[in-house]
Amino acid sequence: MAASLTFLLIVAVSIRAVLFRSSLAEIISERVEVVSPLNAWKRVVEGLALLDLGVSPYSGDVFHEIADGITAVALYLSIQTYNKNVFRKQKYALESDRYPLDSHELLRSPKEMFYIPLKVAMFYLLNPFTILSCVAKSTCGLNNAIIAVFILCTLKGSALLSGIFLALATTQSIYPLTLFAPALLFLLQRLYIPVNLWRSSFWFFTSQYVFMYVGSVVVITGLSFFLLGSWDFIPSVYGFILSVPDLTPNIGLFWYFFAEMFEHFRVFFICVFQINVFFYTIPLSIKLKEHPVFLIFMQIAIISIFKSYPTVGDVALYMAFLPAWSHLYRFLRNIFLVSCVLLVCSALFPVLWHLWIYAGSANSNFYYAITLLFNVGQILLVSDYFYAYLRREHHLTHGLYLKKKDGTEATLVLK
Amino acid sequence: MAPEEAVELVVVFSFHAQGEPRVNELWMTRTKKLKQVWTKLRFRSSCEKSSDNTGAEQSASDALQEAKSGVSGNNEDESQWQSTDVEMDKSVEAKDSLSFRPAPKDQFQEELIIRPLHSGDIYASFQFRTIWDTDFLQEGNKVSHYRLFPKSLGQVLSKFSVRELHISFTQGFWRTMQWGQPFIPSPPGAELWVWFQDTVADVDENWKELTNVLSGIFCASLNFIDTTNTVQPSASFKPLGLGNGLATLMKSEKLFHSSFHSQAVHIRPVCQDVQCAKPAWELRQTLNVVFDLYTSGQSKKEWSLFKMFSRTLTEACPLASSSKVYVDITDNPEGELFELSPATPVLSQAVVLGDRRTYSVYDLTKADTFGQLRSLNLLLRWKGENGDMLRPLLHAERYVAGFGLQTGEIHTLVYNNHPFRAFPVLLLESVPWYLRLYIHTLKVTSKSRDNKPSYIHYQPSKDRQRPHLLEMLIQLPPHSVTEVTVQFERALLKWTEYPPDPNHGFYVGSSVISALVPSMVAMDTNFTQEHPLFSSFFPVKEESNFFMRVYTEPLLVNLPTPDFSMPYNVICLTCTVVAVGYGSFYNLLTRTFQVDEPSLPLAKRLANLIRRVRGVPLLT
Repeated sequence: MAASLTFLLIVAVSIRAVLFRSSLAEIISERVEVVSPLNAWKRVVEGLALLDLGVSPYSGDVFHEIADGITAVALYLSIQTYNKNVFRKQKYALESDRYPLDSHELLRSPKEMFYIPLKVAMFYLLNPFTILSCVAKSTCGLNNAIIAVFILCTLKGSALLSGIFLALATTQSIYPLTLFAPALLFLLQRLYIPVNLWRSSFWFFTSQYVFMYVGSVVVITGLSFFLLGSWDFIPSVYGFILSVPDLTPNIGLFWYFFAEMFEHFRVFFICVFQINVFFYTIPLSIKLKEHPVFLIFMQIAIISIFKSYPTVGDVALYMAFLPAWSHLYRFLRNIFLVSCVLLVCSALFPVLWHLWIYAGSANSNFYYAITLLFNVGQILLVSDYFYAYLRREHHLTHGLYLKKKDGTEATLVLK
Repeated sequence: MAPEEAVELVVVFSFHAQGEPRVNELWMTRTKKLKQVWTKLRFRSSCEKSSDNTGAEQSASDALQEAKSGVSGNNEDESQWQSTDVEMDKSVEAKDSLSFRPAPKDQFQEELIIRPLHSGDIYASFQFRTIWDTDFLQEGNKVSHYRLFPKSLGQVLSKFSVRELHISFTQGFWRTMQWGQPFIPSPPGAELWVWFQDTVADVDENWKELTNVLSGIFCASLNFIDTTNTVQPSASFKPLGLGNGLATLMKSEKLFHSSFHSQAVHIRPVCQDVQCAKPAWELRQTLNVVFDLYTSGQSKKEWSLFKMFSRTLTEACPLASSSKVYVDITDNPEGELFELSPATPVLSQAVVLGDRRTYSVYDLTKADTFGQLRSLNLLLRWKGENGDMLRPLLHAERYVAGFGLQTGEIHTLVYNNHPFRAFPVLLLESVPWYLRLYIHTLKVTSKSRDNKPSYIHYQPSKDRQRPHLLEMLIQLPPHSVTEVTVQFERALLKWTEYPPDPNHGFYVGSSVISALVPSMVAMDTNFTQEHPLFSSFFPVKEESNFFMRVYTEPLLVNLPTPDFSMPYNVICLTCTVVAVGYGSFYNLLTRTFQVDEPSLPLAKRLANLIRRVRGVPLLT
């Protein structure tokens, strides 16, 4: 396993190294799908130039390759831990005869699970989205690495490190705040503390974790203050994320919407769109309180769809988790359609961009239409996995082949 | 800007600025931390936009002219001028008889310079200069009695503690390579720059109010430039409200039918006398016009006052202490190139922009200038072909490179045409925020070698608040082209932020290049002809350097545009996608999986109702 992971890393790094040295690197680093105002390397260099640090805009490729490597290894280890966890739980459930007999074919075998961590790492490292993001030197790779390490720390049960890395991720882009809930749920579950509002042990641990998280946030913000010498970074980073002043096109929903928005509705819709990202946390946590790792996946996916400046690097992070849910494949309803939509959209992004910006034969609506479709595709993908996950859980407890009262084969519906 | 750099900068300039007190002063004030508001205003771009609209443009200049007279209406103009006539007499009387405190001395001079250009165009430059020996900005010296100085401007100056004010409105672009240097350079569009007294606490607030007031006075919405340019035609074009003096020549339909015209008001404090103990205020109102008489005159190279202005001169302004017309005849020492009539014996020599020029002078205060016809109609007839024009020593141009609507590169080329002298120039660029400059891509090359600026001041932009400001000091090697390039990214704006014709593009104001240029006169080593021999021991003369400001072309940059016709559609479609997400999650979150049991037929359901009442098992 370690050998194949090493081999994978070598392959991934060499692909990136080749691309860095090719003429494509410059083209990729200008792509609006790949870089956003928040994570463009050009802006990092600009910022450092303003601080008079004299960084060459062409340094830093090694740094980005390392970040990608860290993400992949962290995801690999997390999924390995998670699989062990799942397998152990499944064993206990089997021993206590909790599964109906006909649902046994849904159970997961060690053989099938063996290659999943490697596949996850591969899905991240060889995903064209990640490669593009890395070659463009987008700092998105760094954000992904921090989130991946956060997931690893959480799954390994280290509350302190988990809190610190979550704080790092939050101070980078606010949105990972919603990952607090799944991390807390997982840590509670690991310590066999039931989620019960009347239990002091629950509150004790929760306040402990909140303290670690908030403490780290305060320390990081304080460090930023001492480094920069002023609080200006708060409006210029968080204000920038939340109030969306930069309408440079990207793959998200914000740019065209707020370019076309009527001025007196702007504030209202900014609030609606931003609340939308955080809105799903509580209902999802309630629904998935037994499955925090899947909840992490859902949250990352929702963030990457609904955040204000999304890039393909964000998409790549949640897509890396898809092999971990390969056992849901039989319950997915429209995976073929969704894959086609996502593939076609990915191909059409540069085409329509070219037509709009360079050829002048199309206008902004063309590119906007593709972003809409891409987001519909992502939403369908995520909700399909959500559906499949819930359905599998239902079948695990109620049996795979459900019968109606009259003994004929039943269909399962949501009511 | 770091203070030590500032000091260094001033040293550089004051060293070169021996004979140029104005520059010296300009830079010294900077070190004194006198707060500076130099705004190559964003509004320049939108004022430029109105240049297609002659009406609007004309009205701006009307307003300007109106402001020259200092009052708002035509009738009032006249009354004011008449009344000042009376006042003048009174003050003389008062001085004589009662020996009150004498009214502060003020005087008015007018001047017209006509320079035939090598392209065949005619450059006419009017200047009206008022000097007032009083310091009305001083505490406790409240002046309410105005004579020649316009009251509306005087009040503005004292209210906002203005130290210097320069405002110009220009239509057309000055073609340095064809026309040489203008007497007072001005960028296309409007430019306003102001120095405030160091007593002003909040410069930004003062600046905002001042622009509001000036917008009112000049009828040019300097303050609301982000939205629309609502310049309204108001008064007619009758400068000074009087039909006499040089102002008679200002006939609007002629002035606006020209290749270039620029109107400006410059106010600054000057010294009253050599000791410089007391300040006086100087107001210069200038009008610079370039007439294209060559093409409109059937390729005949001749001009007359009547042809240019459809008026002739009949008298000097009665209030003017001096009223003169100068015609540049430098290129025509022997009369072989053109013939000027009526001829005048009075000649004058002056070093203008580092070049020694000869002028024919017509003094309008002298009756014999007008001859028997009692009118002066200068006439110039070309005889031969033009000689070579001396290339301007400093010259600059600018363009945008790149294709597509995503990125681009601003190229500024600065030419030093001096054969052997290098000199530093100060380049100031103010780029609107929607062109996002990447300062790390800034490259300065001269003679295909890297030319590191000795000083760079950069203020990054803030979205929708302030433009990029880039200022640098570059040493220009002799006989070279220095290229300054910087990359930028084009932003997509909100649909309401685009002007009504968004695909026309956005104007970016000219960059300003200020320099002390070694003068042509100093280049001339052959002193012996006109000067005593011993003077060649002192080759450095007063006028060895002259201050020059060069404006580059404004840029026209296209930005990507959204589709302006579909805000509703976009709002609906995007909200639909968000709702698809919300709906599918809501569905999965609130519902549970159940076996789909077909509902019973109606008869069975009715039977079940009865059975439930009876308490017997239900039918399935």
